[in-house]
Amino acid sequence: METKNIMIVGVGGQGTLLTSRILGGITRKAGYDVKVSEVHGMAQRGGSVVTFVRYGDKVYEPIVEEGQADLLIAFERLEALRYVHFLKQDGVLIVNDQRIDPMPVVIGAASYPENILETLSRDHKVISVDALGEAKKIGNSRTFNVIILGIAARHMDFSKEDWLAVIEETVPPKTIEINKKAFEAGYSLGGIA
Amino acid sequence: MEKVEVMLGNAAIARGAYEAGVKVSAAYPGTPSTEISENIVKYKDVVYSEWSPNEKVALEVAIGASISGVRALASMKHVGLNVAADPLYTVSYIGATGGLVIVVADDPGLYSSQNEQDTRAVARAAKVPVLEPSDSMEAKEFVKFAYELSERYDTPVILRTTTRLAHSQGPVTLSERVEPAEPVYEKNIAKHVMMPGNAKYRHVAVEQREKKLAGDGCEFAVNRAEYNDTSIGVITSGIPYLYVKEALPDASVLKLGMVNPLPRKLIEEFASRVDRLYIVEELDPVIEEQVKSWGIRAVGKEIFTVQGEYSANMIRQAIGGETLSVAEPAKAPVRPPILCPGCPHRSTFHVLNQLHIHAAGDIGCYTLGAVAPLNVVDTTICMGASISSLHGMEKAKGSQYVKNWVAVIGDSTFLHTGINSLMNMVYNQSTATVLILDNSTTGMTGHQDHAATGKTLMGDHVYAIDIAGVCRAMGVPRVTVVNAFDLPLMTKTIKEETASDQLSVIVVKAPCALLDKRPVTVQYRVNPDTCKKCGMCMKPGCPAMTRDEKGVISVNDTMCNGCGLCAGICKFGAVEKVSVR
Repeated sequence: METKNIMIVGVGGQGTLLTSRILGGITRKAGYDVKVSEVHGMAQRGGSVVTFVRYGDKVYEPIVEEGQADLLIAFERLEALRYVHFLKQDGVLIVNDQRIDPMPVVIGAASYPENILETLSRDHKVISVDALGEAKKIGNSRTFNVIILGIAARHMDFSKEDWLAVIEETVPPKTIEINKKAFEAGYSLGGIA
Repeated sequence: MEKVEVMLGNAAIARGAYEAGVKVSAAYPGTPSTEISENIVKYKDVVYSEWSPNEKVALEVAIGASISGVRALASMKHVGLNVAADPLYTVSYIGATGGLVIVVADDPGLYSSQNEQDTRAVARAAKVPVLEPSDSMEAKEFVKFAYELSERYDTPVILRTTTRLAHSQGPVTLSERVEPAEPVYEKNIAKHVMMPGNAKYRHVAVEQREKKLAGDGCEFAVNRAEYNDTSIGVITSGIPYLYVKEALPDASVLKLGMVNPLPRKLIEEFASRVDRLYIVEELDPVIEEQVKSWGIRAVGKEIFTVQGEYSANMIRQAIGGETLSVAEPAKAPVRPPILCPGCPHRSTFHVLNQLHIHAAGDIGCYTLGAVAPLNVVDTTICMGASISSLHGMEKAKGSQYVKNWVAVIGDSTFLHTGINSLMNMVYNQSTATVLILDNSTTGMTGHQDHAATGKTLMGDHVYAIDIAGVCRAMGVPRVTVVNAFDLPLMTKTIKEETASDQLSVIVVKAPCALLDKRPVTVQYRVNPDTCKKCGMCMKPGCPAMTRDEKGVISVNDTMCNGCGLCAGICKFGAVEKVSVR
């Protein structure tokens, strides 16, 4: 199989690492070679964070480069805009419709771009979701990342059972049920979108 | 059946140490090396592991374990090796009884570091062999090979990684742990006491070892020529090997697993069999300069940078001659790292900013006090340098000059090397003011314990060193402890202590906002009826505060952790405390 490229972008602290860990697990379960590349340390403190997931028969390079991503999962609107040039022409962009102001905006040195979703939709297939709102509906706002993963699952070739099994292996035992519920919620939403 | 797990490079290194039968591991946290120790502690039934106060101590702990005959590990980031350079250069002469491996993580691209130095250059100077793996599986296997080399050649071995390896996950096949035979300790002062008369003979042994390794290395499986189309040949190692394979699948590649000393004969043979030879290595031309010095024609830094990380596209363009057309990035305001909502450092820097005080800074999250809107930190050099460099300023310009200066240093960094600098201030009669920002953890690297937290890496509850008590015991005449969120007291204390003609330490206490994982029960809200929209509460740059187009200020309820800094600043009582949940 040709190598598939996925990127997860967001703001440090949003839970991109858990998402990439589940992605690493599911690709491995399907027997693929996989590389997941993350950012830790200072760069994660509220800064822009990027995770790369590449899987296929044999994966060398651990990073995804400009114009190569089949799927770009953005946990925040501005981050979607920042990394959209990594998407392939026919790639899919999933955007969590949330705004987190970066420091230059907080202190008034820059303004948050308007109409980001419209801009992105001009050239790409965009699926937007209020994942935080959906997560609050199921009773735990922190599971919004797994809801987004549920939507993304619709754009990958793994069975729902395998996804749920990997979630069970990856998340802390106490949070298995709520995370499975979040995945199911996202998976249903993804079916509609 | 063999078990395969997707593992982080650092977790694979820990696994390799476990499988190799390592018994002692010591480290000081440092991105991107921290997770090695955090994973080794999972094997605590058979491996002793610790956070040492600094890398020099960590390496010396490992050296002691090695001399006693067990396999030992020290791990650190690249700049940590500078701290540990003193024992490194001499343990190269002493060698290893039980295998001694030092994992050093470089940071090309400076994701979380103050410089971009190349560990291979340090290792060459110290005459220590270096192995460099390319992925998680190799990382685990190379650790085991490093122990074999260490014992066979009587040498410490450095395993060099980079951020991209340390923080990438890949499949790893697990093996069982081996328990190597432990040699009986024999007193041997000619080898273990490095006084001049002994060391000059050990230096001879070191040079012989280097020569032998350079020859034997041609047969090591980790150094591997992959012959393919021979019109292009590439010598590479580590992570750049992956980019070369991705970009030039048809080229011949000499993959070096051991990058010091270089396997000269193997390289000469490879060079003779390819038409055009390239050398692809991130950071300094360490391989390139040696290869060229042997009279071999090759292309390297003529077409590649010495800065940052490489990529397959970079190689496609530089060697493949391809022109790649990629879309331009959209215009988007930058999102630099920031202090978290509820961070006690924000409160401290807000007070310093209001008092127009400069800070000599240090290494930790509080380095972010340098940037807008806090703008307090003027300098950051290395661990511990805040205190000593402020002392230098005072000695250069006099005590009046430092009346509007302080040193700011974290608790973990103070115990790392700041403590020596403070000793110097006491001894050499400083009158300056030092703020120890005690957030009860090593914050930036992800919450590691240290000697003043009362808990060890292995989870034991122990005596917590009293930082204020240490300062008093050293003879600091004025030591005070304040709560980071008590703005009036902190303001008064900083004014008094900077005005004083004696050396002062102010321990500013409040735990890291991320330490307490319990749900937030108190938050703050802006009352629109009493808010004057003056924007004072926005000044410290809390990410949980926003102001809309009409100037209305509000608190984001998904981010506020209830620290109360905004309420403490508001002069109109418009920021109100609320109970949540």
